[in-house]
Amino acid sequence: MSAAIDVRDLTVRYGDTLAVDGTTFELRHGEVLALLGPNGAGKTSIVEVCEGYRRASAGRVRVLGHDPYADHDRLTPRIGIMLQSGGVYPRVSAADMLGLFASFAAHPLPVDLLVDRLELAGFLHTPYIRLSGGERQRLAMALALVGRPEVVFLDEPTAGMDLRARHRTWELVRELRADGVAVLLTTHLLDEAERLADDVLIIDRGRVLASGSPEALTGMGGIGRLTLAATAGLPVAALPGGLTAVEEPAGNYQIDGALDTTALAEVLAWCLAHGAVVTGMRTESRTLEDVFLELTAKEPS
Amino acid sequence: MTFAPAPGRAPTTTILRHQTALEVRLILRRGETLVLNVLVPLAALLGVGLTDVIRLPDGDRLGFVVPGVIGLAVMSTAFTGQAINTGYERGYGVLKRLGGSALTRSGVLVAKTSAVLVVIVLQVALLVGVGVALGWRPRVDHLALALVLLLLATALFSSYALLLAGTLPAQATAGAGTLVYLVLLVAGGVMFPVPGADGIGGALPLAALTEGLRATLTEGVPPGWVNWTGLFIVGVGGALAATRWFRWE
Repeated sequence: MSAAIDVRDLTVRYGDTLAVDGTTFELRHGEVLALLGPNGAGKTSIVEVCEGYRRASAGRVRVLGHDPYADHDRLTPRIGIMLQSGGVYPRVSAADMLGLFASFAAHPLPVDLLVDRLELAGFLHTPYIRLSGGERQRLAMALALVGRPEVVFLDEPTAGMDLRARHRTWELVRELRADGVAVLLTTHLLDEAERLADDVLIIDRGRVLASGSPEALTGMGGIGRLTLAATAGLPVAALPGGLTAVEEPAGNYQIDGALDTTALAEVLAWCLAHGAVVTGMRTESRTLEDVFLELTAKEPS
Repeated sequence: MTFAPAPGRAPTTTILRHQTALEVRLILRRGETLVLNVLVPLAALLGVGLTDVIRLPDGDRLGFVVPGVIGLAVMSTAFTGQAINTGYERGYGVLKRLGGSALTRSGVLVAKTSAVLVVIVLQVALLVGVGVALGWRPRVDHLALALVLLLLATALFSSYALLLAGTLPAQATAGAGTLVYLVLLVAGGVMFPVPGADGIGGALPLAALTEGLRATLTEGVPPGWVNWTGLFIVGVGGALAATRWFRWE
């Protein structure tokens, strides 16, 4: 099956500002792709081009085989959109809005099911204007799902939610994925991307800094950092190729590099060769946060 | 497989019916709508029709004022109310969200115009009812032409409302909508005759409607060409401008 979303060299400009600079990615059916980046990185611009709200300045974008801007009306029944905020009449209740969106669809999900799954019952008949941020988010998600779409866009889906609602939402996204829905989500929450996404695109200032599965990005789940406690004053320059070490404080070595099994053996051989006494060795796996901070720190500002 | 995709758009008539019904409910639910769209025209009808505070050119006071307040009702709903509501909805991202749903963008505009038409039918029924109860006896020889005038004027006012709401911030839209309402309330041939109404004055937006309605309903003759031309040229201008400049967010 062809990709649900196919983006090649997408560029978005607002006047002289370059919001998205040559982004390429693909989202397959039944997968979750997270656009991860700080506020203002260009995530929403990418999503809005895919939703058909915005025209690409350059590049080629296909959603379910269609140009989302030119074929907008043909795509709308097949996609579900959750905007970052707003989108509902202030004086309309969740029940009325959900009923309205259900009436737009040929085979809508039962409204009761969404009320139950997104816990809308407590405020179903309250005007939108009186709902809290988290309640509005849950309603927005229900509106995105009610038409049984093939592709769902979630722009910062858990912003403003409490912890419990956040976990419920994550469960729901996993279920969407399992049921074959393609999900494009934006987030600035690292754990959200790490937990949900098959693929993560790390974006800053409109450019993709890295992409891949969370496992690939964090080094195949391998060791990210090695801390060694040993005799002070070892010659760190003599470490085998690809590894670097900083002794700080004395007798405490922070070793970085591709820390596979061979490298670990080589570090120990290096200790042995210099007659060092090793008193401690600590390994930490890299998290997406490490990768993210490394990548964004490298960016010239 | 709760969420297994099964996309599809409901029939267009179903979608538009639901959207229009919601828009009508929203208009009727607003307190300020009741004042602007019902109480003001009714007060004008009673004030001008039953007292002689305002001097009119001839003796048929109801024959003058009922077509005038029908025009006022059309303008207040299709222009001022429509502009203010749409402006705020644009500010809240409602138009953006609806435009990304199966309703589509043109569906939003069609539903909004249909909704004001439904409300205008209710207003006109009320005003005609009160007018007849007070002794107004309209001529119905050219009733069909009067209805065409009403439709044209509704489309004209609605397109200018959407033009304002789709280009200005919500507050500015509300201000401009109210200002135009006040100007046309005085200069639209509602309660006083428009100077030069049989000449170029009869081509002005609200005057073209009120004078045209007076021609058909009071005098029993077709509306003057100046009324038709005014509504048509100004209306086409509004529709073109709204299509060209309307922004969803």
